[in-house]
Amino acid sequence: MYADAETSWPLWEVFTQGTDGAPHQHAGSLHATSAEHALQNARDVYARRNEAVNLWVVPSAAITGSTPEDMGPFFDPAHDKAYRHPQFYKVPKGVKVF
Amino acid sequence: MTTQTPVADDAARLAAFEARIAADESIEPKDWMPERYRSQLIRMMSQHAHSEVVGMLPEGNWITRAPSLRRKMILLAKVQDEGGHGLYIYCGTETLGVDRQELVQQLLDGKAKYSSIFNYPTLSWADIGAIGWLVDGAAIVNQTMLAKASYGPYARAMVRICKEENFHKKQGYEFMVTLARGTPAQKAMAQESLNRWWWPSLMMFGPHDADSPNSDELKKWGVKRKSNDELRQRFVNLTIAQVKAIDLTVPDPDLRYDEASGDWITGPIDWDEFWRVVKGHGPCNSERLGARRKAHDEGRWVRDAAMAYAEKQQRNNRETTERQQ
Ligand SMILES: [Fe+2]
Ligand SMILES: [Fe+2]
Repeated sequence: MYADAETSWPLWEVFTQGTDGAPHQHAGSLHATSAEHALQNARDVYARRNEAVNLWVVPSAAITGSTPEDMGPFFDPAHDKAYRHPQFYKVPKGVKVF
Repeated sequence: MTTQTPVADDAARLAAFEARIAADESIEPKDWMPERYRSQLIRMMSQHAHSEVVGMLPEGNWITRAPSLRRKMILLAKVQDEGGHGLYIYCGTETLGVDRQELVQQLLDGKAKYSSIFNYPTLSWADIGAIGWLVDGAAIVNQTMLAKASYGPYARAMVRICKEENFHKKQGYEFMVTLARGTPAQKAMAQESLNRWWWPSLMMFGPHDADSPNSDELKKWGVKRKSNDELRQRFVNLTIAQVKAIDLTVPDPDLRYDEASGDWITGPIDWDEFWRVVKGHGPCNSERLGARRKAHDEGRWVRDAAMAYAEKQQRNNRETTERQQ
């Protein structure tokens, strides 16, 4: 083996806000020693071309996600509620603009 | 009671997985996937990440000797991008349950492959233009396809990378246009560089389809959408027009245009040379590995210092909180 094994720096997930008023979106991840360090690296890695006006970094370990196995049962309740959409409702023929 | 055996269970999962691939669904990190899909992706993605990182070396060679501030800024920005590309893909690979440290270690140990093109030397300044134009140009053809790969994190990294690669290629071509329209000596330098980089660029797409053992599997699983030969042909067709536009020639006496297919057909590729370089006997294999090891060793104090600083900060924060309580 060439070099001594080193422990990796903690993993962070990076979220970028593209323009003022836009929601933050997941851009990718990176390794860094602290939140401040992660922010600086995120700027260099994910915002070299004005891709962001604001950045969030979150320790990857702090994120809880739903699992693919949940797909069915977890999201089921939304499947049979067409009445939550405006298309569900009919208006009289004469009403063109609602 | 009917309990499914693990084998039947796996067969059902595999069928479901293959149905998802067939439906062009995106496979995400937590989804079930065949072990072989995972291991093939780790192999392919880590080789790709290593290539981005090692790819900084041939160009880095000329940063201090760039003839103008403009060219120097461009080259610095491009090389920095390549480092970023390595990082995007390493992070994508980590979602498959492998640690980046482990992958870097494989590279430093000389156990990992990376693109053979980076084992060729950059002998003249014109090589910096030729690399951007041809090597990044070939990479774009390949990466545009990979932006539709079935594995979500890989595809998303490719979308990001392709945007940046377009700058790499364009600056490289502009560079060659400038030389080709310059003095006779400058034009000769551009031609000489094209002569050396042409064939290795075609080899970047890998062996012919018939000799490419991993291709079928990668295609079956929607990682690759086109074959090596299809991609190579696309690159040749795109590039020949650009070569002609600046009145240079490719070093291939057999090159001909095929009316029926609309393709430019090249002469035979020297696969002996390809395999020599892949097996470690290229002009710069040991130099590249040596440079990576040196950079890793010389960067150790920075990594250690950053870690020590973070630990100290955490200690200070803890003490402050305790005092306040
Ligand atoms: Fe790149
Ligand atoms: Fe590039």
